[in-house]
Amino acid sequence: MKILVCITYVPDTTSKIAFTEGDTKFDKSGVQFIIGPYDDYALARAVELKEAHSGTVTVLNVGEAETEPIIRKALAVGADDAIRVNAEPIDSFFVAKQIASVAKEGSYDMILMGRESIDFNGGMVHGMVGELLGLPSVSPVMTLEIEGNKAKMSREIEGGKEYLEVDMPFVAGCQEPIAEWKIPNMRGIMSARTKPLQVVEPVDSDKATVLDKYELPPSKGEIKMIDAENMEELVKLLKNDAKVL
Amino acid sequence: MSILVFVESAEGKIKKTSLEAIAYAKEMGGEVTALALGEIATAELEDLGNYGATKVLHAADSKLNDGIIQAYASVIAHAFEQESAEILVLANSSLGTPVSARVALKIEASLVSNVVDLPDTTDGFKVKRSIYTGKAFALVDMGSGKKIIAIKKNAAEVKEIGGKATVEAFSPALDDKDFATQITSIDKATGDVLLPEAEIVVSGGRGLKGPENWGMVEDLASSLGAATGCSKPVSDMDWRPHHEHVGQTGVKVSPQLYIAIGISGAIQHLAGVNSSKYIVVINKDPEAPFFKAADYGIVGDAFEVVPKLTEAIKNAQ
Repeated sequence: MKILVCITYVPDTTSKIAFTEGDTKFDKSGVQFIIGPYDDYALARAVELKEAHSGTVTVLNVGEAETEPIIRKALAVGADDAIRVNAEPIDSFFVAKQIASVAKEGSYDMILMGRESIDFNGGMVHGMVGELLGLPSVSPVMTLEIEGNKAKMSREIEGGKEYLEVDMPFVAGCQEPIAEWKIPNMRGIMSARTKPLQVVEPVDSDKATVLDKYELPPSKGEIKMIDAENMEELVKLLKNDAKVL
Repeated sequence: MSILVFVESAEGKIKKTSLEAIAYAKEMGGEVTALALGEIATAELEDLGNYGATKVLHAADSKLNDGIIQAYASVIAHAFEQESAEILVLANSSLGTPVSARVALKIEASLVSNVVDLPDTTDGFKVKRSIYTGKAFALVDMGSGKKIIAIKKNAAEVKEIGGKATVEAFSPALDDKDFATQITSIDKATGDVLLPEAEIVVSGGRGLKGPENWGMVEDLASSLGAATGCSKPVSDMDWRPHHEHVGQTGVKVSPQLYIAIGISGAIQHLAGVNSSKYIVVINKDPEAPFFKAADYGIVGDAFEVVPKLTEAIKNAQ
């Protein structure tokens, strides 16, 4: 079984978000970058499936050289080899094109990734990759089991869960609780250093959207504290001031 | 300008988020055609005229009752081309978002999701999208070609303007290849109000000490017609089902009112609630970080405060 796992390079979930250069660039100073949390779930499940069914896990990242530490981390938790497409991931369409181009070369049984990246939250790349490759795409996937050539999944829907089946190959955008995040152990970290990491140049792609600028939300006003004995006052405020009741 | 709006339904009713998509398209000043898939009563579709749709295309084939991503994408692309539409508007959802990604490639459109406001067309075609899980926004120019706008909840206000839409049958050829994914069953959550769409959300955290104490959360929620949510530790410990987990890696909510009970307010939880209009925090620890993100705060024991609040709400009704 050949599995391709696509990972994003994103700011840690606790990062303070700020912009520079006239609000046109994300301010990376002091920011810790991690494997996208949803991608990390996909990676963990891929490693489990590989262990259960035998096969290989290839990690793919579209990013510049700065992303290599997180690629090594993915190798340390159990991926066998990695490919980095040497380009800034400018938008979903661009990234999807790069992934599809790599995937065409590898005849993978499944292409897994997170349901969305936590920087742009687009949730588009899995669908676009599926469309580019003519493969089914499913997202957001909460469980994934393989039986023979068939994948059995559950997908989160508003207020519930949908169970579905699809033959391999397919593309899936994953989320919890598909697997528990894996923490690399010393042996994994050592072996990751020598696992193959291939760097490829991007294929041409038009930019579909152009960033104008970033902005931060307006800051919250003062909090109003209400006496725990006086819930009538809270109800009054919610009714008359906030007008939400 | 011809705008196609893909509308989703649940239990035979068009979802409120889809009505917002129609309102959004109408506000843009377009001629709005809605597209509904699967078996839905004609009267329900005609009623979309009341919200701004002139016409409704109805692909009523029962094969489309289940939301199969590829099949939906093909049908939407087909309708877009048939109508010579310039823009597709839809609501972000677990179905709409992945579907729109495939449609974008089929019709060669630029696509932006999580859009929070109407486009600014004074110079180009700029939309504002939520990024970094609600912690920032990006203004994006979508260019001059075909466009797909996937809107976040509350991007437009639903208005009833009266009138009925004309419903037209739409029967595109369905390709078996698009039905490679088979839906075998669906589990519906029991609550009356769906969390991602709720106007009021009441959430509980570890401060509630155990799943047996959720009765008072549910009582408060039912007095408000609210959906119930929870923090990540609570769903991780299986006190509550996963689909109630609100936060960075769970459901992102944007209700009018969010009430947090016994939740300390980790940054990952705040990421899921930061587009709520008003936030009430009830916590016995006055240092809980959630108070910094709240509009109204109550320092007190949830087991005393919550029943009092429920009673005060009932008395005020």
